[in-house]
Amino acid sequence: MTSPAPRGAYGGGSSLSEIGGGGSANLADILERVLDKGVVIAGDIQVNLLDIELLTIKIRLLVASVDKAKEMGIDWWEQDPSLSSGARTREPAEEIERLRDRVAALESRRKEETS
Amino acid sequence: MTGQAPLWYVYAVTPAGDPAALPEDLRGVADAPLRTLAQDGLTAVASPVAAADFDEEPLRQRLEDLAWLEATARGHQRVIDALTAAPGCVLPLRLATVCRDEAGVRRLLAGNRERFLDAIERLDGRAEWGVKVFADAPERTEAAPATGRDYLRQRARRRRTDEEAWQRAEAAARAVHERLDEVAELSRLHPPQDARLSGESGRNLLNGAYLVPREREEEFCELAGRLAGELGGPRLNLTGPWAPYSFAQVTDLAPEREPERAG
Repeated sequence: MTSPAPRGAYGGGSSLSEIGGGGSANLADILERVLDKGVVIAGDIQVNLLDIELLTIKIRLLVASVDKAKEMGIDWWEQDPSLSSGARTREPAEEIERLRDRVAALESRRKEETS
Repeated sequence: MTGQAPLWYVYAVTPAGDPAALPEDLRGVADAPLRTLAQDGLTAVASPVAAADFDEEPLRQRLEDLAWLEATARGHQRVIDALTAAPGCVLPLRLATVCRDEAGVRRLLAGNRERFLDAIERLDGRAEWGVKVFADAPERTEAAPATGRDYLRQRARRRRTDEEAWQRAEAAARAVHERLDEVAELSRLHPPQDARLSGESGRNLLNGAYLVPREREEEFCELAGRLAGELGGPRLNLTGPWAPYSFAQVTDLAPEREPERAG
């Protein structure tokens, strides 16, 4: 199954990436649409995707993709304080360590100069 | 199947007689063949599916199974996609809309007839396009600080310039939205996608859906291409044409659920 041919002609922007709505679209885009958009009409068989299940699906998907990415050696978000609380707590500790060393060095230099 | 009667999985609703152009070898979720069922001037596109997977209890558990969820979501989208490629309006239903039998599908069509017809009238001849803008964290090119004071200065400067860079990228994303919104008939801003979910690097600054009349699609895509070129740093990602998922909610259209209108 191929995705439908794009109907428009595209400008030559270098940073434009473009794909059809179907086959090649990434899973996040598809789930974003088929899970909680579209016509939300209850069939005879009702599973309430809209609240708790949707949440667990999203969380599990997130966890699964994080693990998969880590296996592939992609862990950049761990260094980013806005994405990882670990990075946030790690950074000041290292910084305090560096500053302590610096203060100690300055103090010893000052001692040498005054003596 | 363990002798249980199959259930009906409903993908979409179209005006009667419309989905004639469905490819014969097209399969839906769980590799099921497609059926159409007409009622009161509407057609439901559906598949028979196994009760062992799609009845309420197994479905609840299946939806927690990521491999199954992905296969089902892609199967669902594959059908919607094929329907969208043909002319005529497609109202995509939410994933896992399942009826007990043929009579259930007929009830679904008959019971929501007015809403479906309203939505079809509003969305016919239009497609949804998705535009996302991503920006990477600002690059670092400074040399290592020579003194403690330099170090602190550098940190302050870095914080300030990072903040400014993000503000510029956000403003650029907003401007992209405003320009696209002028060509689109309607737009919806969705919450940014988590980078870990989308697999994209960088921060998602814009996640917009645009309802574009077919005669303006070329113009819309050209504009998106032009804006992508003007962005410089941030990347623009265009997807489509989608069925009008983001504009098809019947809660938008059902008059009895809306608060009283003024006047």
